[in-house]
Amino acid sequence: MLDLLGSFVGELRDAGIPVSTTEHLDAARALVAIDLMERAVVKAALSTTLVKDETHFAAFELAFEIFFASVTAQAAADQLDGPEHEPGEPSSQRGSEGRGKGGGGGASGEVTQEELAAMLFRALREGDASMLAEGARIAVSRFAGIEPGRPVGGTYYLYRTLRNLDLDALRALLQSAAAGEGALPGSLSQRLALDDASGRIDQLRRAIEDEIRRRLVEDRGASALARSVRRPLPEDLDVMHATRDELTALHRALVPLSRKLAMRLARKRRRGHRGALDLRRTVRQSMSTGGVPINPVFKPPRPAKPEIFVIADVSGSVASFARFTLLLVHAISAQFRKVRSFVFVDALDEATRFFEGAADPADAVARINTEADVVWIDGHSDYGRALTQFHERYANDVTRRTSILLLGDARNNYHASQAWVLDDLRRRARAVYWLNPEPQSYWNSGDSIVAAYAPHCDAVVECRTLRQLERFVGTLA
Amino acid sequence: MTSLRDEVEDPLGLDYARAPRFSSPDEVGAALAANRYLADAAIASVVYLADRLIKPVLIEGPAGTGKTQLGKTVAEALGARLIRLQCYEGIDESKALYEWNYRKQLLRIQAGQHGESGLDWHELEGDIFSDEFLLTRPLLEAIRATDPVVLLIDEVDRVEVETEALLLEVLSEYQVSIPELGTLTATQLPLVFLTSNNTRELSEALKRRCLYLHLNYPDVERERAIVLSRVPGVSSALATRIAEVVRSLRQLDLRKAPSVSETLDWARTLVVLGRSELGDQDVKDTLHVLLKFQSDIDKASKELLGNRA
Ligand SMILES: Nc1ncnc2c1ncn2[C@@H]1O[C@H](COP(=O)(O)OP(=O)(O)OP(=O)(O)O)[C@@H](O)[C@H]1O
Ligand SMILES: [Mg+2]
Repeated sequence: MLDLLGSFVGELRDAGIPVSTTEHLDAARALVAIDLMERAVVKAALSTTLVKDETHFAAFELAFEIFFASVTAQAAADQLDGPEHEPGEPSSQRGSEGRGKGGGGGASGEVTQEELAAMLFRALREGDASMLAEGARIAVSRFAGIEPGRPVGGTYYLYRTLRNLDLDALRALLQSAAAGEGALPGSLSQRLALDDASGRIDQLRRAIEDEIRRRLVEDRGASALARSVRRPLPEDLDVMHATRDELTALHRALVPLSRKLAMRLARKRRRGHRGALDLRRTVRQSMSTGGVPINPVFKPPRPAKPEIFVIADVSGSVASFARFTLLLVHAISAQFRKVRSFVFVDALDEATRFFEGAADPADAVARINTEADVVWIDGHSDYGRALTQFHERYANDVTRRTSILLLGDARNNYHASQAWVLDDLRRRARAVYWLNPEPQSYWNSGDSIVAAYAPHCDAVVECRTLRQLERFVGTLA
Repeated sequence: MTSLRDEVEDPLGLDYARAPRFSSPDEVGAALAANRYLADAAIASVVYLADRLIKPVLIEGPAGTGKTQLGKTVAEALGARLIRLQCYEGIDESKALYEWNYRKQLLRIQAGQHGESGLDWHELEGDIFSDEFLLTRPLLEAIRATDPVVLLIDEVDRVEVETEALLLEVLSEYQVSIPELGTLTATQLPLVFLTSNNTRELSEALKRRCLYLHLNYPDVERERAIVLSRVPGVSSALATRIAEVVRSLRQLDLRKAPSVSETLDWARTLVVLGRSELGDQDVKDTLHVLLKFQSDIDKASKELLGNRA
């Protein structure tokens, strides 16, 4: 079991979850103190000792399912003192009989499609976990068509299985069972019944996922499977190519991330909070103590807080990136003297007003999407036009205290670059930075004109993930 | 690996011969339920492990999900005294750990001057920096207690980062160092719970020392059970309905999802109104107890009640 724990911790670390040696040891001690037959308890023991950040739970859960799903409770208990080999490797799993691999066979042949549907309905309606697992086993045997050794991920098999189960009909049945007689359409009862039914359908989906995962682990071993289905942590996801679900995860990760950043910055500021010794005033003060400098006088701390101007391309391709950056910068706005935001597609609008007085920066970002005036002709990014407009209206507001942050992929749809604007802004500002969410290897290909702007920036930074973003914004304050 | 194995065998520097407080997570669950706190397997397991591994528990999660109540109920279930440190911005050592009673010390010094004059400074110093002049604050009180206690450090995210460091010695060594007195070590190891509302990220050092428990909203069955155990006079059918409505509300994208406290407030309201079932109109009339923003109320009425109410 300790070896299994070792591989599991290794997988967590590979997935980006920081696990210290102390925590590893705590997990080991926890496993010794509990009954390994109880899956929920094992899971709680591992998560409470190893995962200290809510946004890492999803990654933990996936790894746990893989490493501990296939380990039957008995096997786990045996392994506590038994011979050591990596559990979850094919060799240790042959004992579990009656669990046919892929492609039908066994008892599943005898159940008709109708009987299977009835069984799943009953299992879900009555919340019968073992019947549900049995139903999932039959469904996977019959429909998933798992081919041993084939290196496809579980989602492919999940899709094949679900396609063959009429989930909509099942959901409707569950809903009408939950609503009872005479519930009127559009009534509260109907809605509650629908949400209830959907929750149960999710349970079925999970049971099927569990079954598929169990078989894949048998086939390939836990470590190999974990490696192939590992997803980056939210903070390491590529923002530009995130799916809808991933964007939701990103959103949730952003708040703790900005809090972490704010804490780091506050700490940094406090550490350096005394200015240098003010020699002149110290000596003058010492006159009252006969020339002995009893009270050293310090200069006031450096006027450290900068002013930030964000100028963001909010067109389709880079919209999420702009949104996250605006959220992050405004979430830590206390660290800056002032934050002003400007958004553009082919026209530029100041968005600062949306953030002022907004309880939640997310509300402000939502308003930018609907209310900001950023489209002039066609809704394709025109950096040159946006920069010229910025210059006309706001150049005089830019001072030596201002750091300018440009966000975008510099894909200019073959318009003029108007790079002179940046040159002029840089003369006025403390610094000009460009954050580009595209991988550096794509820069200057097609209509990307990074090279036209780069010479006028203090730095052009590739910024594809929240982690990179957080790191960069951290250097500003 | 072998070294890990050895350390597991002999886990703690704190080698107190000590009977465990609970024999299994199930027993924790039952003890909490007997005191009207409904725990799931994860919660019960973490409390059980806190006792077994002698580790503090850091509880995070949305407002009103039972973080504070968990610490309180564990104390009740154990018949232990609850010592609570309510954190706030600006709290410091003198409020959290201990403070010298300057006034009394001063009086003592003055008395020394007037009384029998033989007392020298050394003796006097030893005298005024003794127990008699020490004002004990919650953390020290928990360490020095000889009776069973549960220490609840509530809303720890409100203390400044620097102050957080004060907690570390207590949390990992169960001791407090006082320069004038030396190190005071716990005679019994209290169970320790810390709660946080996530307003600030806590330090890695603190998190490493704690078991971590993220309390989320309960599922329908557990919320129903919470309502039944906390709200006198609620019917079983009503409790089910309440829990279902709240679940559906939490699935909507609201500015503020209803917490367990709000569920309970709502249940109490409905009981006072004499409801034993819940019709569409009842929900519409009382939604404001559950939801705090008008925009949320509008959205919820539209989604849940359709055009009918
Ligand atoms: N599992 C539970 N069993 C019984 N009662 C519960 C449970 N969870 C929450 N409650 C009740 O909900 C209310 C809110 O709980 P509590 O004050 O502990 O929340 P909290 O998480 O500390 O909230 P906050 O973040 O606002 O401090 C209390 O009345 C508590 O009794
Ligand atoms: Mg609380």
